[in-house]
Parts: sequence; structure tokens; C-alpha cells
Amino acid sequence: MANDMLTSFGRPRRFYNLMSADLPGTRFPASGITPGSSVLGIRFDGGILVSADTLVTYGNLARYQNVDRVIKISDSVLLGGGGDFADIQSIVRTIDQKIINDHCRDDGASMKPMALVNWLTRLLYGRRSLKQPLKAEIIVAGIEDGCRPYLSAVDARGSPFENYVAASGFARLIAVPLVRERKPIDRDFSLKEASTLIRDCMRILYYRDTRSIAQYTVGICTPDNCSIKGPFKAEENWAIADHVSGY
Amino acid sequence: MSTIGTGYDLSASQFSPDGRVFQIDYASKAVEKSGTVIGIRGKDCVVLAVEEIVVDKLYEVDAARRIFTIEKNIGMAIAGLMADGNFVADIARQEAANFRQQFERTIPLKHLCDRVAGYIHAYTLYSAVRPFGLSVIFASWDETDGPQLYKIEPSGTSFGYYACASGKAKQQAKTEMEKYKFADMSTDELVQSGGKIIYQVNDEVNNKDFRFEMGIVGRETNGVHFINHASWSQLAIEAGKAAKTADGDNEI
Repeated sequence: MANDMLTSFGRPRRFYNLMSADLPGTRFPASGITPGSSVLGIRFDGGILVSADTLVTYGNLARYQNVDRVIKISDSVLLGGGGDFADIQSIVRTIDQKIINDHCRDDGASMKPMALVNWLTRLLYGRRSLKQPLKAEIIVAGIEDGCRPYLSAVDARGSPFENYVAASGFARLIAVPLVRERKPIDRDFSLKEASTLIRDCMRILYYRDTRSIAQYTVGICTPDNCSIKGPFKAEENWAIADHVSGY
Repeated sequence: MSTIGTGYDLSASQFSPDGRVFQIDYASKAVEKSGTVIGIRGKDCVVLAVEEIVVDKLYEVDAARRIFTIEKNIGMAIAGLMADGNFVADIARQEAANFRQQFERTIPLKHLCDRVAGYIHAYTLYSAVRPFGLSVIFASWDETDGPQLYKIEPSGTSFGYYACASGKAKQQAKTEMEKYKFADMSTDELVQSGGKIIYQVNDEVNNKDFRFEMGIVGRETNGVHFINHASWSQLAIEAGKAAKTADGDNEI
């Protein structure tokens, strides 16, 4: 450790990038060993939609192709898991036990999405600061106080981003600009607009992200209903391939 | 009536000449002083009903609650010392959480009961501690095992039951229970029976001021344990009061 400090003095970026080669011990990919790719959440006037494809990769191998990466935490909270899926599973297990403990306490209080985001922020930032990061990119969606839709992303460094669109992985680069482009200026999305956007974004993500598959699930959270729908198939049209030449 | 245990009742690590451990017997006495608690098992539901005797009018409505939720689908009711009850409820919750951490599923009730019974029994072996003054009733329901009901005595022995009772009016409650056939009852019928039994065994002369509390878990609660669920509690209380009035009419 002391040696590390000497050689990296004046080079703080080495620690902030959390590259595996800089951490003591074995080397492993920066994104985790079994990562899931994009997760996209869109807030509309009545609630939130969160979608993610059903793939968890193992290097270049599309290893687990039927994994539900959108997870129902409770009747008012959904969680979308991107980044290393082992870390997501570990975090979800801890959250599940918290939900059970709340139920046992029987005091009328239950986990709200903002509270969950705050806890995740502290957890992830703490681990980042210990240089034992959890490579989890998490989207939390839910209904706050029985009526207000809440959507937020928390990244592996412990930074939360609350907005009408939240995403992880490739979705952050490709889908977020698209959602922002289509956002009506003076109002929230309607459910129809949000669903169309999800469908379009998942299609485009499948075309562009090599670590994705055409099957995805969508979680919907409204004051009356919280459930995971799917799996759906992303539209694919490779007819264009015929016209591509020159490589 | 009560045997004087002179000399052999000072610690739980001593037998008496006639083969009794008096400390455990005395623990049972503590249980007998407490308000009645019953557990009844229906076709796809289990109900825990408690006669909460109001000791002090200044208490909040949910004070001295004797029903606990241990896990999503597991409920626990106690008769005896409240302080011991809170402690054992916490032990049960820890056992369930530990099991979930290792095996990633809800602890089967038989397993939980064995663990808690073993814990309670351990406190009957040494002179350094006293036995728990508790009778514990566990209830759960899930799709695979169906409705389950277990009771642990202060000695640490535990049995599975179709219906069980503890506390002040234990004998009376058992007599009442034998009149019913719980195994085929629907949730509504079971809830009403629970209300009737508690209201009927309640001692009107000495303990007129009491609160009815109920834990319920079953298919119709989606496998979730609720304490004092508004609509079912109301059903139980109405059935109880009606039975009481009918009894009153009969007496005249």
C-alpha cells in the first residue's frame, strides 16, 4: 500500500478510474466478471418504466440469457441492475432482508425509493473509498409518499442522479440523449410516450451494443401496480445488411 | 394445591426428589397469569388470537403487544413475561434472517421452531440463568407446506398443533376448541372462530377491560403475516361480541 502511494503520488486518476490493474491483487475486468449491460428508466406522469435486457455476459460469452435484471423490491419500489450482476445480487439480498425487517417492525413505515437511493449512495461511496468497489450501476424507481413517481440512478462511485430519465451502461450514452430529445418541454411523458421510447431505445441499444440481446423485460411502477412485464423481443431488421459494402 | 419446593427450587440445575425441575414449573406459573392466547389452523390459513388485558388505561392502544412478525409469512404470539417475549422474538427473527442468508429462502416453520425451542431449553439447564417465562406459539403459511402451527412450552418442548392455547383461560379455551372442526374452515370462518373463543373465555368479572388482537397468515393474505388487519379483525371482533351477547341471552 505504501509503495502504491509513492508511485502514484501526483497521479490521483489511477485510483479514480478503478481499473483492475491498479488495485492490489488479481486482475479482472473493470466492469466486473459477469456484467449486465444497459438499464433504462423513464419517468412518466403516472409512474416509472424501467427496462433492461435479459443478458449477463461472461467475457465475450453470452452466458446467461434469461436473467431478469429488473427486480421488484416492494409494492412501491423497483430496481434495475446494471454492472456486475454478482454485486447486484448481493445488494438485492441485503435490501430484501431490510424489507423483511421493516415488515417485522410493523410500524407503518416502509422503504421509500429516495431512502433506498440514499442508502445505496452511502454503500457504494463507502466501498469506493475503501478501494473495494462494488461494480454495480443501479437504477431505483418507485412511488414516493403514495403518489409521486421517483427515478434515480446510482453509479459504482456512489453518485446519485435523479431525473426523468436514468440509465446505466450504453443506455447512458445512446438512450439518454434520445429521451431528452423527445421530452415535452412543459410536461411529463405520458405512459404511451414512455412505452414507445422504451421500445425504440431497446431496439437501438440492441443494434449498437454488442453485449446485448434482443430480449428484455420492463418493470412498471405506479401507485396502483408494481410489476415486471415481459420478456419482450426487440425489433430487429437486418435487411439493411444487404446494402452494406466496402469492408 | 401448589407444591412447596423447599430447597430444590432455587436453581434450574437441580432436580427435586420427585423428578421435577421447579424453576420450569414456576416459569409455567408466570405463563398462567398472562392473558389467553390461542392459535388455530384452518384449511389454508392460520390465526393467532390474543386476549390483551388492559392493565393501565393510560397505555397507548398498541402497548404490550403480544403478537410479533418474525418473517414475511411467520407470526408469533406469546403468553407470559413481555420482556422475555420481546427477547425471544428477536432471537427468532435472527434465526430466520441467518437461515435466509445461508439458504436464500424463508425458514421452514418446523426448523425455526426447533431452533427457538432449543434456545429456550438451553436456559433451563444452568443455575446462572433463569428459564424464560414464556409459552410461544408460531404460525405460518406457504404454498408448499400449507398452514403450520407450533407451540413451545417453558421447558423447551415443542409440538405441532391443529389448535393450541396458553395463558389464563387455557383449559377453557381448549374445551371450546374441541367443539370446532378447524381443519376444513375457510379464512372467514376461522377468523370468526378465533374471535368467538377469545370473547367467550374472557373473564367478564375480573378482566372486562381487554383488547382483542389477531395475527393472520394464509392464502388470502398472499402468504404475508398481518397483525390486526383492519377488515379481518373487525370480522373477528363482531363474531366475538355476537357470541357473547348470545351467551348472555342464553343465561337468562
